[in-house]
This record gives sequence, structure tokens and C-alpha cells, in this order.
Amino acid sequence: MKKIIIFILLLIQSSFIFASEEVYLEKAPIDLSDQPSLQKGARTFINYCLNCHSAKYMRYNKLLDIGLSKKDIKENLLFTGKKIGDPMEISMPVKESKKWFGATPPDLSVTARSRGSDWIYSYMKGFYRDSSREIGWNNIVYVNSAMPHILWELQGEQELDKITGELSLIKAGKLNEKEYDSVIVDLTNYITYMSEPDQLKRKKMGFYVVGFLLLLLVLTIKLKKEFWKDIK
Amino acid sequence: MAKKNESQDSAGLIGWIDERFPLSSFIKNHLTEYYAPKNFNFWYLFGALALFVFVMQILTGIFLTMHYKPDAAQAFASVEYIMRDVSFGWLIRYMHSTGSSLFFVVIYLHMFKSLMYGSYQKPRELLWIFGVAIFLALMAEAFFGYLLPWGQMSYWGAQVIVNLFAAVPFIGPDLAEWVRGDYLISDATLNRFFAFHVIALPLALAGLILTHLIALHEVGSNNPDGVEIKNYKDKKTGIPLDGIPFHPYYTVKDLIGLTVFLIVFASIIFFAPEMGGYFLEANNFVPADPLVTPSHIAPVWYFTPFYSILRAVPPILNSQFPGVAAMGLSVLIFAFVPWLDKSPVRSIRYKGILFKKWLGAFVVSFIILGYLGTVPSTIWGQFPSVLPLLGGSDVATVVARIFTIIYFSFFILMPIYSKKSITKPVPTRVTMK
Repeated sequence: MKKIIIFILLLIQSSFIFASEEVYLEKAPIDLSDQPSLQKGARTFINYCLNCHSAKYMRYNKLLDIGLSKKDIKENLLFTGKKIGDPMEISMPVKESKKWFGATPPDLSVTARSRGSDWIYSYMKGFYRDSSREIGWNNIVYVNSAMPHILWELQGEQELDKITGELSLIKAGKLNEKEYDSVIVDLTNYITYMSEPDQLKRKKMGFYVVGFLLLLLVLTIKLKKEFWKDIK
Repeated sequence: MAKKNESQDSAGLIGWIDERFPLSSFIKNHLTEYYAPKNFNFWYLFGALALFVFVMQILTGIFLTMHYKPDAAQAFASVEYIMRDVSFGWLIRYMHSTGSSLFFVVIYLHMFKSLMYGSYQKPRELLWIFGVAIFLALMAEAFFGYLLPWGQMSYWGAQVIVNLFAAVPFIGPDLAEWVRGDYLISDATLNRFFAFHVIALPLALAGLILTHLIALHEVGSNNPDGVEIKNYKDKKTGIPLDGIPFHPYYTVKDLIGLTVFLIVFASIIFFAPEMGGYFLEANNFVPADPLVTPSHIAPVWYFTPFYSILRAVPPILNSQFPGVAAMGLSVLIFAFVPWLDKSPVRSIRYKGILFKKWLGAFVVSFIILGYLGTVPSTIWGQFPSVLPLLGGSDVATVVARIFTIIYFSFFILMPIYSKKSITKPVPTRVTMK
């Protein structure tokens, strides 16, 4: 029996080794309950990402849940002509964008669920200058990604040391490393929130439901004991 | 005449109904005076739980159908619409997706109980066969349902499974096309899978569950001791001495089990609905794209033992058919167990060590094959090329082959080891362990 358990444990362990072999992803230090962070992330997302990427399953009025007011959304985040109940769609035609970038920029509504938050966080920090590519940029997380570094003005330009595989800053941007990191944390936090806007509500509700069921369990056990006391 | 007298006993509305419909006698025959062995243990909970999950899947399914659109252009978006814009849509969807995985957990434990306690032996062969039919229908139901979210895993999983039909000799490619309704998985496929998932198979399942229950109530339940309670009845009343009325005794006992189940169920729904990618796969949050094949396609966990068997069998004469046949057989072989088991006793409590070892080996094979089905076959690398025979082949594939052989040996060798296994004396009456 012991041998079997050891064998099963080895199996489980090997799957982790496999996962780590793919790409090294940095853990995203996000906190979905941090509303100011979500709000800053939403602003970055709408100002930078929402030009090429859509988030068509996300409605602007869902931003009310992260503490923004109707006025904030209408005045600062909505494009002209849009209503607060509209989804975050873009006007760039799909066919054209494929011609321009070689691939249509994907919709980002549920990207945090397909790629994971750590992937987004590492990806946004993984751009470096690559003169061999037409767009002039490459990415260590997603090699030969069709996306140029949109936030380069903020981060500056990085270079890849091909021997060590490390990135280093060769040209400073508007923000220092710590400030840029915090922008990306907020952005990742928002994209993760957006992938399932009700997730905090879900977890909160879970405590009540499980709590109720635990109480019910005590009652059902007592009920069974009462009925079964004569059965021998 | 006797019927009329009985109905006169109950007055009012019940009496009125009883004169026209056998309500009271039905409740008596199947609940309050249906005698079940008093020694049921933990393992006897899963039948009732399976029924509960079935009803829950039907109910949540009805609500999902109100908002879901079986259209290749709209399916993915309609699921996100349910998740975001429908009140408590996320809850209904997670109940349904978690329910499907837990349905298989419950069914596998229910089947394991029957293997342990010999619940398929005479006179319960038909009961067991109806059960195997339910299992088959459930697999089909789950497979059709998995295409509906129209994500990458839905699409390519369906592609892989439908392509299995193409491996059938002679008629294969035409058969696969007939199943798909198109040259590739498309809107036509989605529509027909939707029809199968929401009406054809639930209807078949409901019918099969009913026959399973009718058969159960005809022969009565087996129990952990594997002795017939009907052999020892009270001479006056004709009630089995070791039987107790299903209601209230087992209804209150099952309530505890149900509550524990609901705690597990709610913990998954509210805290980990993706269950680390095993219940909802990450790749299924990418809309289906016929032009982009994912690097790794794996079915949902509950199919992976059988999928592993499919991959383990090498092609013969360039045909994948042997693998497909082995996979089909690995499920259908369950139906023959009542005739493969030659043991004179039912329960594992009185069967010999040889049977226990084989059952253990089967469970280990099932788990390892299940695990291997979720990962690429290259996961453990290759044997060094200097090794004779094995050189260069994937370690995981060789391991899967070994456990496939053990899996089938459990069934094929059963007539031999079940006969040879030295049994212990069986008590005449049930024991309360």
C-alpha cells in the first residue's frame, strides 16, 4: 500500500515539474478587494488596451461595483456616444486589424481565466527591443507576440541578455521600475476582476451557504440518531 | 374488492385520490413499507445522491436553456451573458458544471460499491445492466453537453471523439461526417448535440433510472454482507427480520449524506468552480477556433481513464480502430461482470485476499490511467534509445499500456481468480459492523 501511495505522489509531483518547464511566470500580487487598485487598473485598461482589444462581455456599468460613480464613468471612461449600459466594444474592424497586426487582437473579457493572472502580469513586464522584428518588439512570455509594447512610454525600453535570459532597462521611461510595476499590478487586478465580475460576491456568499449547511448537518445527525436509536 | 376496502380507510382528499390512483399503496410499497437491509454503510449513499444530482442537473439545465443560444456564432457569448447579465446566472452555470463532474464522482463510487459487495450477482444481473446502460447514457450526455460552451476544449475535444468514428473500418469517414452533419465540427454539430443534450439523453436517462429502480425494488437491495434478508422473515407479518422501512430510516440517514455532499458541492461552486482546471478547463475560456489547434487536447477528467486506454493501444496496419475498440470495450465490459464473477459469495467481506488484490489493482489502474489521460504522453520523457524493445518510446505510454493490461485482466481473469479465491464463511443474517 505504501508503495502505491509513493507512486501516486510521484505522479502528482511530476505534473508540477511539467508545468514549470513551460515559461517562468512571476506571481501577480493582486488583491481583488482593493477597489482603488481596480479603479486605477480600469483607467489604464480603458485608456491603453481598449483601443485595439475589446472586452465585449463587460459592461461599463459593472464598474459601479468597484466603487466608481456613474459620473466618474460617464465623464472619464466612456467614449462619446456610448451609454453606461453598453459593453466595452471597439470600433476597429476585425478584418482590418488582422491586416495591420497579422492577428486580430483578442477580446480580453475572459483572458484572465484562459491565460491566468500571472501570465498577464509577466507578459506586460516581458517586452524587450528586438530589431529583427517588424514591430520592433518581442516578449519573453509569449515569443514573437504580434503585440508591440503599448506601455513603453511608461516603462521605457528593455533589452534581453540572450545568455542569461534576463531583461534589463536600456532606456528609462516616464515611470521608475516600482511605479511601472504598480501600474501592471493594478491592470492585472482589473483584468482578473473583469473575467468574472461576481467572483467576490460568490466567495462571500459561499461562507453563508457552507455555514448554513454545517448547522443543517448537526440537525440531520441528531434527527438520524433519534430515529435509529431502536435499531440494533 | 379488497382495494375498495383499503381506500375507505383513508378519508378526505387522500381517500378521494386513492379511489382513482394508487397513491397510498405506492408510498407504502416503495417507501414506508419497502424493507431495506438495516446494515447499509457509507457506500450505500451514492445511489440516492446520484438521483439527487440528476434532478439538480435537469433543473439547472432548464434555467440555462432559457438563456443559452445553440448557435456557433452566439454560443460562447451566451454563456458569458449567463455568467454576467442573468441574475444568479453564474450560480446556475457553476451548479451545472460542478454537478456534471460530481455526477461522475458519485456514479464511480456507486459502481465501486457494487463491485465490492457483489451487487451484480444473481438475481441482480438486470439491475446491474440497467446501471451500465445509465453509465453509458451519462457519458454520452456529458460528451454532448461539453460542446455547448463552444470554447476551444469543447470544440477540439468533440473533434477528437467524433474522429474516433472515422477509425471504423470501411464506413468510418462517412459515419463521422454523418455524426457531425458537416465536414468539420460546426453549427450543424452544435445544434444536434444541443438536441441530444437537452432532450434525447435526459429522456433516455430518466427512463433508464426508472427501470433501474423498478428492478431494484423487485429484487430488493443487496447489503455489505451480501446475504439475502428475504430468507429470514417474521412468520406472522412476512417482514424480513433484518429489514427496516426505507422511510423514515434511510431517508433520515441519507439526509446526513446529502448535507455532507452539499457542503462539498457548495465549497467547489463558491470557492473553486474551475477546480484547478479539472472541472472547467482554462482553454475553454477561449472561443472555439477551427483554425487553431490547441497544443494539448485532453477530455474532462471523468473520461480520461478510457481516453488513456485509447491512446495506449498502438495502431495496427495503420488503423486506429484497435484503440477505439479497446476504449469501447473498456466501458462495455462492465456489463458482463455478473457472469464473469464465479465466486460463491457476494461481499468482499467474505471473499478471499486474491479478489481483494485484483480489485485494488483495478482501482489503481483506473486512477493512474485517469491521471495519464489528462497529460501529454511525453510527460515522463522517453526511454533511452539503447534499451531493447522500449528504446525511444514514451515512458507514459508504456506505463499506460501496462495498466491497460491490468484493467482488462481484472475482468478477463475474473472467472479464474474469483473461483480460486478462498472464501470465508458467510453469516446467515446481516451483521452491524
